Amino acid sequence: MEYTAQDFKKGQPRWCPGCGDHFFLASLHKAMAEIGVAPYNTAVISGIGCSSRLPHYMATYGMNTIHGRAAAIATGCKVVNPDLTVWQISGDGDGLAIGGNHFIHANRRNINLNMILLNNRIYGLTKGQYSPTSPRGFVSKSSPYGTVEDPFRPAELCFGARGHFFARAVATDAPGTVDILKAAYNHKGASVCEILQNCVIFNNGTHDAVYNKEGRAKNAIYVKHGQPLVFGENNEFGLVQEGFGLKVVKIGENGITLKDILVHDAHCQDNTLQLKLALMGDGDGFPVALGVIRDVEAPTYDDAVTAQIEEVKAAKKYHNFAELLETNDIWEVK
Amino acid sequence: MTVKELDQVVVRFSGDSGDGMQLAGNIFSTVSATVGNSISTFPDYPADIRAPQGSLTGVSGFQVHIGAGKVYTPGDQCDVLVAMNAAALKTQLKYAKKDATIIMDTDAFKKADLEKAAFQTDDPLAELGVDPDRVIACPLTQMVKDALADTGMDAKAVLKCRNMFALGLVCWLFSRDLEIAFNYLRDKFAKKPELAQANIKVIQAGYDYGHNTHSSAMNVYRIESKQKEPGRYMDITGNKATAYGFIAAAEKAGLKLYLGSYPITPATDVLHELSKHKSLGVTTVQCEDEIAGCSSAVGASFAGALAVTSTSGPGICLKSEAMNLAVIMELPLVVLDVQRGGPATGLPTKSEQTDLLQVLFGRNGESPMPVIAATSPVDCFDAAFQASKMALEHMTPVVLLTDAFVANGSAAFKLPNLAEYPAINPPYVPEELKGKWTPYMRAENGTRYWAVPGREGFTHILGGLEKDNQTGAISTNPENHDLMTRLRKQKIDNIQVPDLEVIGDVDDADLLIVGFGGTYGHLRAAMEELRAQGKKVAHAHFKFINPLPANAAKVLTKYKKVVVAEQNMGQLAAFLRMKVDGFVPYQFNQVKGQPFVVEELVNAFKKILEN
Repeated sequence: MEYTAQDFKKGQPRWCPGCGDHFFLASLHKAMAEIGVAPYNTAVISGIGCSSRLPHYMATYGMNTIHGRAAAIATGCKVVNPDLTVWQISGDGDGLAIGGNHFIHANRRNINLNMILLNNRIYGLTKGQYSPTSPRGFVSKSSPYGTVEDPFRPAELCFGARGHFFARAVATDAPGTVDILKAAYNHKGASVCEILQNCVIFNNGTHDAVYNKEGRAKNAIYVKHGQPLVFGENNEFGLVQEGFGLKVVKIGENGITLKDILVHDAHCQDNTLQLKLALMGDGDGFPVALGVIRDVEAPTYDDAVTAQIEEVKAAKKYHNFAELLETNDIWEVK
Repeated sequence: MTVKELDQVVVRFSGDSGDGMQLAGNIFSTVSATVGNSISTFPDYPADIRAPQGSLTGVSGFQVHIGAGKVYTPGDQCDVLVAMNAAALKTQLKYAKKDATIIMDTDAFKKADLEKAAFQTDDPLAELGVDPDRVIACPLTQMVKDALADTGMDAKAVLKCRNMFALGLVCWLFSRDLEIAFNYLRDKFAKKPELAQANIKVIQAGYDYGHNTHSSAMNVYRIESKQKEPGRYMDITGNKATAYGFIAAAEKAGLKLYLGSYPITPATDVLHELSKHKSLGVTTVQCEDEIAGCSSAVGASFAGALAVTSTSGPGICLKSEAMNLAVIMELPLVVLDVQRGGPATGLPTKSEQTDLLQVLFGRNGESPMPVIAATSPVDCFDAAFQASKMALEHMTPVVLLTDAFVANGSAAFKLPNLAEYPAINPPYVPEELKGKWTPYMRAENGTRYWAVPGREGFTHILGGLEKDNQTGAISTNPENHDLMTRLRKQKIDNIQVPDLEVIGDVDDADLLIVGFGGTYGHLRAAMEELRAQGKKVAHAHFKFINPLPANAAKVLTKYKKVVVAEQNMGQLAAFLRMKVDGFVPYQFNQVKGQPFVVEELVNAFKKILEN
């Protein structure tokens, strides 16, 4: 059966006008239609926060649960019902602060969840406190003199937890977002999609460098597996390896040709260069990497659980409660 | 040698926590149960895995009460105390009757051992005031070494068999059939037959030693079984019975069983047990924390499984928010709380009933939740089955309370026939409601319908925010919230539970003894003892605490005096006073981490009677 975005839509979103969540929601509806899994075989599970309101605008099964626990709740859901396609929606506070433990363990276990991290680097629903992704020195209601702590970089956490899939898109970039959502669905295992999303009220402009098309042309690089890592308005720049790091070069200068440019390998087991790509753009003169940065196959937890049950079923002689009782030392009183 | 017939006897095995006392005690219980004796056991072990060898804090005990007729408790004090070292004798003597027989390994009472056990002199018996005539003092370690001299086993492995010598000696003392013990060991060490053989050899050596050396001086005993219900039996601990109850309920409901858990004493054995039974389709996830244990269970429940999370009190603190999520989403969930000593980390291996008010009230908002408290190791099976049935049929989280005493204790379990257990019918949303259904539509008894993902035409969003009763959309409407709060309460109040049963002098008791959960055996034994002494007393025990049995108020107000006896500072008494107008009971409260002592209960209740 063919689906349209309309089949996944429900209700009228209540986010602030201009909020990045509106853009993302539209892309999610579109991606789901293109993926083609029926709404009744789809579960969308979120925690608490502005972005976690998202399931209410889905014509699928879903839950808008409690703060931070979406990944754990999604885990139980997927493990007992592997036929469901499960999307887990969190913001940077829900996913990386109160829910940080579940975020890393869902990645480590490699549960086949599509984990969406809507990162606006602020707490919106509680009206403007710094988040674990706010930069050091960030001034907010709860840090009037600036924060004195370093932020998490989501990719680092994901990779540190042995994550096998990490992709990034900007909320306003519909094709880029739909692309990574489809890739996340196609990846078997935990897939983390970081969505750079703007909070118009409490942190307006946080992703300005890449939020519109012109900005992205200058300040972002779309990475694609098997393609050279080039960027710029006319693809005039490229990335090469130098020493332990990466370097931006201009094609045509100093004898550099397209052949010298590093070719992206999202499937490479070793995540060293993928991590370098993912961490670029932090005011370091490098572009922000968008697209699928890492996509490596690995056994999934839910498959392994199911396989182990089948294996043990075949090996053991008891398959119901009455037979289980008989495996014990039994005596008879006459 | 004389053989004396006994009605009941209590044996306590004690030694270093590495001495294998739990195994020796378990085998002795099994052997006794197999010949038809009633048994009740109580493992009493330290929180440390291996405290310094020979130290006072490292002593591990296992007490078993065996009876010709029914025994209700592991016994107050023992008739036989096995002390594998000086520290064991010193710490465990208080659990022995004045005339108890003491078996001690003289090889573990050397100077260094006595120092570690903080004895002041080199005569521990005199120091503790023990009559040497009631002591079987033997060089147990040396005899084990001799028995295994020609096996080529290394010294460490040989020493691990000391517990079997003590077991053999106790088996001689009570005329037990060794073949049953041998079969147990052959089964346990099926993959290491040489180890089974070594253990068997040592048991036999212990038995022979008793027979050859002490026959002239000591009596041996027989405990004949009587009045036992015919049938097939197995030995079961409370935790294992709980796990079996969940398996049985899932099978009866035709659902997958999911356990989300995080290891915590004394509940971990439920995780261990369920993890074994993948051939029954049981899915267990050892989660990253207690919160994830409960949260993942909520997710599993949403997806259509019988979902369980298991823990102890500290874990309940962490799970509370996710338990509340199941309350507001009206999803089935069983939360097992194997109570231990608190607060905070408290006494992890010891038993209390101090979580009652926590599970009843320890959550934000109006959060009604059924609570069931298992009354004995064997009752854990029925209680787990009933908790699962209640959760699934009423779409609610249910707390199942057990405690360390019930969870680790064991008794003979008559194999249940699942066909005789009631059906479990969750309120799945009827197909004809397709197109009209909203998430908070209710069946006649006030229960929300269950629409499991994967069904076409019933997609819906649940959540932790209050929902509109009609549409299921988020709502902050004051009237709606008031209505939803009442509907959630009414749904729980509507649950039917069995009436409270009164045992003893039902019509004319001067004192009604009331308790809940794991103290059943002790209170029952105290009641029987008081009646044997000519007092008019009765006993009523709460297993269903929320909602209360319909006749609770009637029973509680029928008698002149009522005492609520519990292992906390009066939590059930407080709850009953809140629920029953004008109810002012006497209280007996003890929070020692140890089971009640029947004799103390009897004395306390007599005082109330005399008042």
